[in-house]
This record gives sequence, C-alpha cells and structure tokens, in this order.
Amino acid sequence: MSNFINLLIAGLATGAIYAIIAIGFTLLWQTSQTINFAQGEFVMVPAFFILAVLNLGVPFWLAILAGFAISAVVLGVLFKKMLVDPMLRHGVLPLAIATMALSIAMKESVKEFYSAEAQPFPSIIPAGSIDIFGVAVSLQSVGVLVAAIAGVIVLNLLLNGTSLGHQMQATAQNPSVARIIGIPVERMIMLTFLINAALVTFAALLVTPIYLAKFSSGEVLGLSAFIAAIVGGFNQVRGAIVGGLLLGVVDNLAAAYVSTQYRGAFPLLLLIVIILFRPEGLVGRTEERKV
Amino acid sequence: MKTTTLISIGLGLAIVAALLIMPLYMARYSLYILSMWAVMTIAAIGLNLTLGYAGQISLAQGAFVGIGAYAAGILTTAHGWPLLSVLPLAALLCFVIGWGLGYPALRVQHHYLAFVTLAFSTLAFLIFRNEEWLTKGVYGIENIKRPIIFGWNTFRPLPFYYLCLAALAVTTALTWWIVHSPWGRAFLALRENPLRAQSLGIDTRRYTLMAFAIGSAFGGVSGVFYAPLVEFIEPGAFTLALSLNILLMVIVGGSGFFFGPFVGALIAVLLPEWLRFTKGYYLILYAVLVMILLVYSPKGILGFIEGWLADRRTRRASATRAAAEPSLRAETQS
Amino acid sequence: MSANPLAKGGPIKTREEKIVTIMRLSAMAVAILLASPAVFAEDIKLANVAELSGSGATVGTNWKNGIDMAVDEINAKGGVLSRKLVVTHADSQSNPGVARAQVQKALDDEPYVLLGPGYSGSVKVTASLAEQAEIPEIMGGEAAELTKQGYKYLFRTSFGQQSTMPKVAKYIADDLKAKSVALMWVNNDFGKGGRDVIFAELQKHTVKIVADLSSEAGQADFAADVAKVKAANPDVVFVYLNEEESARALKELKRQGVNVPLMGETTLIGQKVIDLAGEAANGARGHVGLTTDAPIESIKAFRERFVKRYNYVPDHNGIKGYLSVYVVKAVTEKMGKVDSKEFAKTLHGMTISAASEPGILMDVTYSDTGDIDRQGFLVEVVNGKQVIKQVLPKLN
Repeated sequence: MSNFINLLIAGLATGAIYAIIAIGFTLLWQTSQTINFAQGEFVMVPAFFILAVLNLGVPFWLAILAGFAISAVVLGVLFKKMLVDPMLRHGVLPLAIATMALSIAMKESVKEFYSAEAQPFPSIIPAGSIDIFGVAVSLQSVGVLVAAIAGVIVLNLLLNGTSLGHQMQATAQNPSVARIIGIPVERMIMLTFLINAALVTFAALLVTPIYLAKFSSGEVLGLSAFIAAIVGGFNQVRGAIVGGLLLGVVDNLAAAYVSTQYRGAFPLLLLIVIILFRPEGLVGRTEERKV
Repeated sequence: MKTTTLISIGLGLAIVAALLIMPLYMARYSLYILSMWAVMTIAAIGLNLTLGYAGQISLAQGAFVGIGAYAAGILTTAHGWPLLSVLPLAALLCFVIGWGLGYPALRVQHHYLAFVTLAFSTLAFLIFRNEEWLTKGVYGIENIKRPIIFGWNTFRPLPFYYLCLAALAVTTALTWWIVHSPWGRAFLALRENPLRAQSLGIDTRRYTLMAFAIGSAFGGVSGVFYAPLVEFIEPGAFTLALSLNILLMVIVGGSGFFFGPFVGALIAVLLPEWLRFTKGYYLILYAVLVMILLVYSPKGILGFIEGWLADRRTRRASATRAAAEPSLRAETQS
Repeated sequence: MSANPLAKGGPIKTREEKIVTIMRLSAMAVAILLASPAVFAEDIKLANVAELSGSGATVGTNWKNGIDMAVDEINAKGGVLSRKLVVTHADSQSNPGVARAQVQKALDDEPYVLLGPGYSGSVKVTASLAEQAEIPEIMGGEAAELTKQGYKYLFRTSFGQQSTMPKVAKYIADDLKAKSVALMWVNNDFGKGGRDVIFAELQKHTVKIVADLSSEAGQADFAADVAKVKAANPDVVFVYLNEEESARALKELKRQGVNVPLMGETTLIGQKVIDLAGEAANGARGHVGLTTDAPIESIKAFRERFVKRYNYVPDHNGIKGYLSVYVVKAVTEKMGKVDSKEFAKTLHGMTISAASEPGILMDVTYSDTGDIDRQGFLVEVVNGKQVIKQVLPKLN
C-alpha cells in the first residue's frame, strides 16, 4: 500500500509536468492550429538559457527571470513571427514538419554550442522525503505537484477571471466570430504564444533538476505531452491536465504492476482505447465537421 | 507537342540516364547513399499515396518499413528464404495490418488515424525490441545476405544499387497505374472533398482504407530492401523518428505530386550528406534549410515549381492579352 | 638587354640576367618545398566514425575528444615515425545504417586505421567492411559477441562484457556472499548484453535472480523500478544503466530505503555519477576497467590535461578514444612502418606497457581475438570518492 501511494504521487508529479507542457501545446493548437513538434525542446532550452545566464555569475532568481524573458522573446515572439505566421494559411502539416525541423535545430544547437554532457541544474524545491499518511514520499514529487497545481490555478484565473482571458478563449473557440465582435485576434494569438513560452519555462524549472539539462531531454517530454493532449481531448485545457495526470500515473503503475519492458505501451493503449470509444478525448468536446 | 511537355520528357530521360550511368563511376559510399535514397523513396511513395492522394496522415510508415525489414531479416537468415520470396509476403502482411489498423480508426473521424498510427509505431518498436525470441531484440539481426537473383549476385555495391533502382522502377510503374486507374480518381475525390465524394456514392471508408493499406504495403517493400542494404537491422532504426522522417520527405517534396517522394527522399537522405563538410553544424544547417524551404514553399518543392510555372503562364497570358488589347479594341470599335 | 629580335634569349647572359635567373629558380624551389610539406613525410590518415548526434552523442563526443587530444599530443612530439597524424571525424548519428555509410566513405579514402564506433550495433555493421578492406578497426563497443565472430581486424579498447561480468558475479557471490540478486539494466544492446552475461554467470554461482527489471534510456522516474526491487527483497542489487540514469536510480534507491549493497560497473560509480547523485552514491560498488579516478599517476595526469582542454571530466569513453590513438602509435613504432595488414598481425598477442608508452596509461595485452587484458579494480564509493577495495591484476 505504501508502494502504491509512493507510485501514485510520483506518477502525479510526472503527470503534472506533462500536463503543463500539454496545456501550452493545446493552447497553441486551439488558437492558431499549430502542432508544435518542438514543444519538448521548448522545455529543454529555457534551462540552458538559465544556465548560460548563471554562468555570468548572476544570482539564481535573476537568472530565472532572465530565462522567462529570453523564452518569451525566442520561443514566443520569434517563433510566431518567423515560423508560424508565414506558414499558417497553408495548412497544418507543413507547419508541423517545420516544427519538427525546428526541434532538430534546437537540439543540435544546444549540443554544439553548449555541451553534449548532462548539466546539473539547481532546484527550487529541496530534496528529501516527507511523511504522508505514514509513507515516506519524495519531497521533490510533492513540491512539483504543488507548484504545478499552483501554476494551473493561476492560469485558470487568468483565462476565466479576466477580460483578457475571456477574449483569448473566444479567439480559441472561433477566431472569425471573435474578430467580428472586435477582439484583437492577432494580439490574442501572440498572447497565447507568450503564455506557452512562460509555461515551458515554468516546466523547465520544475523538471530539469530531476532530468538534468541535456540536449536530448526534450524528446520524451514532447511525445508525452502530445499524447497527454490527445488523451485529454485536443480541444480543452482541462483535458490537457487530465490527460497529463492520467498518463503519468498509468505509466508508473503499469511499470510497477505489469511490465517494465512494455511500460511505454500502456499510455498508448490508453490512447487507442480512448480514440476508439471517445474520440473527442476524455474531456473534450465533439468537433463539428465543417462542410 | 508543347514545349513544356518536351522539356519534361527530356529532363526525365536525362535523369533516368544519369541514374543508370553515373553509378558506374561512383565510389562505394556514394552507391550506398544512392541505394538508400531509392529504398526510402519507395516508402515515401507509399506514404504519398496515403497522404498526398487520399489525404490521410499516417505516422506508422516507419513501423511498416520495420516489419518488412524484419520479415526479410528473419526469413533470409534463420530460414534461408530467398529475398524475392519475402517480398510478396511482407507486402501482404503490411497490407493486412494496415487494413486492420485503419478499419476501426476510420469509423471515428479521419484525422484520428494519425493518432492510432502513432500508437502503432511505438508498439511495433517495443515488439521489435522486447520479443527477442523472434527478432533477436536489441541485439539485432546481422549478416543479412544480399540476394542472388537468377544467378546475378548482388553482393557488391553496384549490382545491389541496380536492384534497388529496379525495385523503385517497379514501384513507380505500379503507382502510376494506381493513380491513373479509377481507384486513383476515387482517392483524389476523397482528398478534395470527402463529403461530396460520399454523396456521389463512393464508399469513402473503403477507398481510404485501400489507400492506407497499399501505402503501408509499399512501406513493407521498402523494408525488404532496407535489410540487405544495411546488412544489419535493429529496433532502434524503426522508431517514430523514421515515420516522421518519411513524412518530412513527402511534405518537403510536395504532398500529392507524383514525383514528390523522389525529391523529398533526395532532400532527407542526400542533403545531410552534402552538408557534412560543415562538420559539427551539418544537422543544424540541414534543419534550418528545411525550415526555410517550408516557409517559402509550404506545398513542397514540386508545389513551388508548379506555382512558379503557373505564375509564368498567367503572366505570359496577361502579357499576350495586354499586347492584343489595342487590336481587339480596334476590332470591337470598328 | 640585346635588341636583336632574332636572338632567342641567346647563350650570352649578362651578370644581372644570371643573378635574376638564379633567384627565380631558388624562389621556385623554396615555393615547391613550402607548398608540399608532404614532400619528405606523408601524413598518417586515421578515420574516426562515432556517435556525434543522436542517443549516443555523449559517448561519441567523449571518444572524439579523447582522440583529438591524443593526436595533438603525439603530433606536438613529432608524430609517429616522423609523420603527422591526421584524423577525420564522421557522425554516425547513433544509427547503424548511417555508421555503415560513413565507414564506407572513410574506407573509400584508404585510411591507415579506422577508429570507432562506440555503439555495439554500429560496430557489428562496420566490422565486416573493415575486414574486407583489411583495415584495422579499433572501437569502443563492449558487447561480448563482437570479438566472437572471428574478425581479424577488430580490436577493443575496453574489456568486453564477457570479461567483466564473471568478475562481478564472483565478487557478488564470494565477497558479498549474496544468495539473491535484483538486476536493473537499461534496455539497449549495452544494458541487455551485460544483463545476459551476468544472468548466466550468477546462475553458475547458484545465486538466485529475484528481480529482472529493464528501464528505458533517458528514464527519469525510477519509483516503479525501485518499488519492484524492494518487493523482491534481494541481498544485492546489480545496477547497469547509463550515467545519468544511474544517478537517478541511486537517489531513488536511497530514498526508498534500499540498504543492501549496490553493485555495478564504470557507469555506476564514475565521478560524474557521484557528482550527480551526491550522498546517494556512497556505498555503491563496482568493477572498473578504465576510470579517471584510478590512483595511477598517468591517469591522473591525463584527467588534468583533459579537464584543462575541454573544461569537463571525461567518462571512460574519453579514455578509450585517447588510448586508441596511442595503440596506433605503439604498434606502428614496433613495426617500424605504416602497414594496415601488418598492423593487425602485430597487435594480436602484443603487450603495450605504460613504461615504454606512457600514453597507453596502463599495461595492456591484446589477444588473438582483439580482446584486451588489463588491470581492473573493484571500488567502493566512500564519502564521495572512489576507494579501491581490490586490484584485479592482468591475467598474464
């Protein structure tokens, strides 16, 4: 039983990370039909931004701020203006392939210009164990989970509690109508990209102390976030959260109670089952067919 | 005949001649890369059929290449089958699996095939890796022999290259036949407007499935030649990354264009090699070039060329019209 | 100077003309000498094909850095047989199909010796090419079966798994007196290869395998794996993962309170792992063939030079790459000539001593199958440092 709680919390923590990354992924899809195959690398790179700034002798908190700022510019503004905007009207696939190429470029650039070795990364959460119901649970897991939940709550407040958030949601649901009622759609879309940049930087802060900063750490994260977004239903931010958490927990439990060799298969089997029986995802809305 | 058609035919003949004659003077490495291009083009042609003609996204083409490769690897090394006998078996196997995968997924909604193939891709890799009794697992299958066909030994680079080229030629001919058959027209109808196609009585699901199954079978064929080309296969070669690479070939070449896969495979296989002189930066340059290519021609290289030609034609037509205007006006006014 | 148009630059030259001609000829001679430094000595071509991108990038980059450092050191001291070493690097992308292409490309250029790859799968594809071309291949792969195919031109730079695992199993059974062992291994040809050999070896010692857990390369969360280890209640846990994963596994093992001895290889107890795992690394033991932490002067000096040049501590792949070049030097100097075919024959059965060739770092003997025999160590991590518990001498 103590094992189970341990695994559950560890799974939830991992899942929370997937969820944060998947939220950004879903937002980009909703507002601008962008499938960002480089999302995993988007999480890997801010860690290196922060490390580079730290190397200049700057205190950690300042490096974090710098990381957010650099990500906003590079992963938000530059990404949108240079890659997404020119390609958007030509359909989903060419842009998706372009992001695939982008992920290669980012990975190889970090490897070439920074290092091929894994770099340690300072943690904002202390290591150690904490007692929950008499079970020694990793403080890191709990910390990540709490931080992730906090982040999601903040995001939710933004999306549902502010006028700006409502405008963003309207843009996501139906850009043409949003434009008609006077919402500055272009600005809303840019805002989405900036939010994604913030989300991936936040995820990097939580995940890199454990995963270590390495040029290849984006691969698994990106794929997991993609699957989490689909499992949750591509259309809803709520779905990304549910999808991520479910994925993290299923992966851990399957590895522990079924087979470690096939651990990668269970999230996918989950994906197939959901697609076949609930194609709009667990939480998603049915997509209307456009005639 | 129109000049453009003459030019196209001339260009085509020149390319075929080059493909046949140049290799006689190439080093072993160049022959290997060219053979790899031919083999990958077969897989890309399959995906182009599925995606470009029938409008379905498949993320499992790499897994089908793997199935074909393992079929060839297992049957030729452990059971002594000649390579050409593996071909129909691999193609049929991939066709059936494709049909099986597609059938329930297409019941749902068309772009969910992408996700199912994504799942299948990873599952296939796990099976290749974990089922050691069948595939030798992570150790891979080595010493895959190149075939002797009617006494012609393809062991050396040059003969094996011609074998790959022949396989590509046959695949191309087959694809040409499919595309120009009533099936092919049905596929195109599906791509352009599924709802209208349905209203015209075309069983969209069956044709979509057919396109996907045939495309997957081509993937298997590609794998059957991949195995003796490298002479060693291991699970790591057939991951999602390969499927994404083949998808890249189709999009960059031009999805839906008959020769798109040829150009796309050229870019994906040869361009990184040409860029190797830049040492550590070659992959970065490759990725940046692909991005620039897609930004400026999202319809792929052939799409770009088609657009450019259409543009020229329009401009020439406008120029002719402008030149004729005074005389036309004179006529109408008289 | 003569104005006679019919004179063909006549036989009588003025003194100035003679001087100018001599100067012109001298200038040409100097130019020819300067332009072709190879006039007196041709460069020795080494071709390295390694994993510089993809999943093996860390392995291949370390290997390449070791090679570069060795080549520069040797050239600075005059080269081999007064000839400069020139090395080309090619990226195999951690993909056997690509490795094959690059090795073929390298072989087309007729190098003296081929270096790399590190991944056993890539070695398998390329070994037959090197064999056909009769060019020696000095590689970093550790899989047992690489040297069992009868290749005459393939040479290792580290112990094969068939050499190390029996020693580890013996230690587990005899010294740690374990009756049951849990195996944790990474699911690629490196991890599975080691697992298969130690599985068989442990059974020879009648030790029971109570857990057999594979993990993925790059895995971050070991909660499930460690939970299974705990449930199996073993006497010893054998951990055979890559460096970063070893660090994570060590931390999780400590956190979940697994207190039995942890046994592994270089990838479990290298300095990098100790740095990443911190406290959790203490108590871990392992067999090491090559380690930058060995209490040997030449290795300490090597490590210092490497850190100075590259700003990080190399892993054992860096040492392997470095050694491979010095093997080339030692064999070539012994032969007194540059001959690829003779190279292979000479290296079989040869012992290279660190006394005569300091660059080889530790005495090594090559067998007829291309395997090596070298001193090894059994170490334990105590207070963040490797402490030698046993020295395992060379067999010869």
